[in-house]
Amino acid sequence: MNQLSSRSIYITVIILLIFLAILVKLFIIQVLDPSYKISSENNSQRRIWEYPSRGLIYDRNGELLVCNEIAYDLMVIPRQVRSFDTLQLVNELGINIEDARQKLTAAAAYSVFRPSVFFKQMSKLQYAYFQEHMYRYPGFYVQSRSLRKYEKSFASNVLGDIGEIDMPTLERDTFYYIGDYVGKSGVEKYFETSLRGEKGVKIYMVDVHNRIQGSYQQGKYDIPAQAGKDLVLTIDAGLQEYGELLMKNKIGSIVAIQPSTGEILAMVSSPGFDPNLLVGRQRGYNYDSLVHAPNKPLFNRAVGASYPPGSIFKMVQAIIGLDQGIITEQTSFPCDKSIVNCHNHPPNTDLKRAIQYSCNPYFYMVTRKLIQRGFEKSIFRDSRIGLAIWKEKVLNLGFECAFDIGLPSVVKGKIPGPDFYDRIYGKYRWAYSTIYSLSIGQGEVLVVPLQMANFAAIIANRGFYYYPHIMKSIGGAPLDTMYTIPIRTPFKPEVFIPVVEGMDAVVNEDYGTGGLARIPNIRVCGKTGTAQNPHGEDHSIFMAFAPKENPQIAIAVYIENAGFGGVWAAPIASLMIEKYINDTVMNVFSEQRILNTDIYHFADTAR
Amino acid sequence: MQTRRGKIWLNIDWICIAIYLLLVFAGWVNIYAAVYDESHTSIFDTSMRYGKQLIWIAAAFIIGFFVFLIDSKFYSAFSYVIFAFFMLMLIAVLLFGTEINNSRSWFQIGDFRLQPSEFAKMATSLALAQFASRTHFSLNNFKDVLGIILIIGLPIGLIILQNDAGSALIYSSLIFVLYREGLNNTLFVLFFAAIALFVFALVSNQLVIMTVLVLAAILYFIFKSRKRWYGYWGLLVFSVFAAVAIMVQYFGVWPYPVKYLILSTVAVSIGVSLLIALIKKIDKAASVLVILLAASLYVYSVDFVYSNLLEKHQQERIGELLGFNSDPLGAGYNVNQSKISIGSGGLMGKGFLQGTQTKYNFVPEQDTDFIFCTVGEEWGFAGSVIVLMLFAFLIIRIIWLAERQRSAYSRIYGYSVASFLFIHVAINIGMTIGLAPVIGIPLPFFSYGGSSLWAFTMLLMIFLRIDANRMEVFR
Repeated sequence: MNQLSSRSIYITVIILLIFLAILVKLFIIQVLDPSYKISSENNSQRRIWEYPSRGLIYDRNGELLVCNEIAYDLMVIPRQVRSFDTLQLVNELGINIEDARQKLTAAAAYSVFRPSVFFKQMSKLQYAYFQEHMYRYPGFYVQSRSLRKYEKSFASNVLGDIGEIDMPTLERDTFYYIGDYVGKSGVEKYFETSLRGEKGVKIYMVDVHNRIQGSYQQGKYDIPAQAGKDLVLTIDAGLQEYGELLMKNKIGSIVAIQPSTGEILAMVSSPGFDPNLLVGRQRGYNYDSLVHAPNKPLFNRAVGASYPPGSIFKMVQAIIGLDQGIITEQTSFPCDKSIVNCHNHPPNTDLKRAIQYSCNPYFYMVTRKLIQRGFEKSIFRDSRIGLAIWKEKVLNLGFECAFDIGLPSVVKGKIPGPDFYDRIYGKYRWAYSTIYSLSIGQGEVLVVPLQMANFAAIIANRGFYYYPHIMKSIGGAPLDTMYTIPIRTPFKPEVFIPVVEGMDAVVNEDYGTGGLARIPNIRVCGKTGTAQNPHGEDHSIFMAFAPKENPQIAIAVYIENAGFGGVWAAPIASLMIEKYINDTVMNVFSEQRILNTDIYHFADTAR
Repeated sequence: MQTRRGKIWLNIDWICIAIYLLLVFAGWVNIYAAVYDESHTSIFDTSMRYGKQLIWIAAAFIIGFFVFLIDSKFYSAFSYVIFAFFMLMLIAVLLFGTEINNSRSWFQIGDFRLQPSEFAKMATSLALAQFASRTHFSLNNFKDVLGIILIIGLPIGLIILQNDAGSALIYSSLIFVLYREGLNNTLFVLFFAAIALFVFALVSNQLVIMTVLVLAAILYFIFKSRKRWYGYWGLLVFSVFAAVAIMVQYFGVWPYPVKYLILSTVAVSIGVSLLIALIKKIDKAASVLVILLAASLYVYSVDFVYSNLLEKHQQERIGELLGFNSDPLGAGYNVNQSKISIGSGGLMGKGFLQGTQTKYNFVPEQDTDFIFCTVGEEWGFAGSVIVLMLFAFLIIRIIWLAERQRSAYSRIYGYSVASFLFIHVAINIGMTIGLAPVIGIPLPFFSYGGSSLWAFTMLLMIFLRIDANRMEVFR
């Protein structure tokens, strides 16, 4: 037996080795590996997000445009649901029992422990009922949510809307959770990160069944929610409302800019819609009908539509012509109507008159001299060089630029250059004779209403502009200097003097094309445009600024399929100017004429 | 009588008693923490489990005291009777027991439950000690071996019939006792090799295992031969193939030509070694080949055993442990939660009643089989080490005490106690940290429950009682 007693050593060693293995494993999971601590927190801590109130939106005069309204969602945690009076619940909510069952099944399929929305946005009456009778429905609770409330039923194209977050955004941005509301369009979308604020969090301890057991460390690590930043827009609510009124039954847009700041005073897109349509339980239905409505009310034409500018583009030719020394203010070309047609008007004795009468042959000649400047013998080579210089100058006037004004989906329009025509016709296969419609703002050139208004502001300022923008301040902080430092064009102020004189004459002298824009005590300078389009009646266009000295407003009006620019766009621009500067409109006759005109339906029947 | 009794109280190993008391107290404190809820804060509330455990503890102390009052000769004289009694209990529980969690191992009388299989360990230890301490007992004697198989096999069989394979597995720890009493060295090594191979066979590709086995046999054979260069050659071949095998295991691919290279090399190697064997030392080669053959059959049978003999939950638990089956919300939920709970304890723990996993009931069975989670979470690595050390010290102390016995009877009994304690602690703590499969066995002295506490108290106290009398007994 004695030699066997040495085996006690082996046995002891084996036992100790196995205990050592346990010890090592304990050391690894308790001391070395941090992942179990994290899992433990995930297990036992539940973060409940506190939703901040979304930033409010004001107009430039401090008038409240958008505020918040509390809505109540009925939430359900399937695991905690016990038998309850289904019929009563269904009757209170006004849904049928099949829907209720389906919703419960769907909620359980998503997660039995996590809350799902059972019924969205209850009425206050329903909420009152549930406040009182919640105990009857174990597993259900009411979650308050912040919805938007629009104090004014206009400017929907600027304000935009909020809606439940979509999956791609949810995956991209960790800030959001399923069911959160997020800006979908307009400034709501553009300023989402400022408006949404910072979510707060309350950390609770939960047990294995996800039941709350109390706050974690007496709330030491809770973070209160921070309200979103308030947004002050540059929009003048009164002017905006008036603009939308004038544009009733007309398709098109109005953009008004304050030349001395670049602030957008009004931005009308017509047809528009009541922003309150996209709030509440009917949102889905209303959104759908707006998407399918004729003439796309959801489309913000003011920044999203590209149009041929028509005759207002003659101002561009005039400015570049003067700048390049192609013409002087005394230059005169005969109105021969041989290549481009014209209307009957007194002879163009100089540039001012040519603008006043909006003479097509005159600007055909100006542009011809700009494009074919005689640098090269071949007109093809020459046109290529000339067009390149021309395009560069045009871009200096803010065209073909998607202005980052504080709205999403701003388009840039189109200024054709040599490469563009090379692609169409082949290199050196085109000359001025091929592309001359540019001269009068027809053909391949496309501009955005916003750019027209900005162009008017450049002329109003005699050669400089402020980057156009729609926000005056965000959370009270000053704007980025990009919006506050003037942008100088390379054109000398002298260049603008004859142009301004011409625009003055358009409105205020006999035989001017924009006589309907005249306002007795305000010197309005403007330019009409009538753009042909293959789809129907001409577009009616007017750009203007006023007063002539120290301009306060620059405006562009674009009305689709309305006919001659001086007839519809000019009086609308004039009414807007009068409204903004004088605050009241004396020209009741013109106002009534515009309000009572239904161009939209007229054009519809005419077609 | 009087002098002897006085001597007994002096001769009791008070160190073991002290550790026992410490463990029981620590167990109770941790049960309190595991069951704790803020509406029942009184630690003496007998409607709560910690209150009841206090009653079980008091009863255990009384039982322990009575164990000391009984003369040590009683145990050796009545070993077989006690054994027979508890075997009858095991049969009775099969007939009249209450089924709980799929196993019929409980007597239920009102609120009170008794698990005879807990006491069967003590009875088996007594019978084993009695049987193996006979004068001419030898493990080389066929009849003696048969007797041993009967004594150990009977409770195992009855407990398996109760559908409690975990509790039956506990008896495998008696291998230590047999080893101490003269079990063949090779069989002892083979016992552990078989466990290792079982695990290896489940986690690894059979082809890989076969390759490794064959190469190991060749290597063994070559090293045993006189010519050293065979050894180096073998080592080289072995490491190359081991590397390939590991690669295959981890990347799951057999590079196409390598597969055939290995197979052909294995074939050639077997041929060559056979040849050498024939020329040189036939018997040695033969025994190596027999072992090799047996091992191969064993490896192939593991799959059969695993998929046909084991029950689904047992398969899942083994699968979870070995990592080829991961289902943290299903079969792996317990272990996953228990690891989270222990792992989150850190170095010093979260403090008494501060364990969030414990308090909010993330680990099922936390007051019984998973009581160690509470230790791990609230007392951290430091507390875990202390508990583990206490057990280790107790077990080794018992072995040491067993070795100083003058009679084979008391030594064998002591080893049995140490073995049972050891396997309970190793498997119970091992399963909470993912080192052992989940087997529903309690942590001695710690886990909630009267049966387990009383049974372990009796198991230990009988040994201490016998030990206190060691000077008087010669066998």
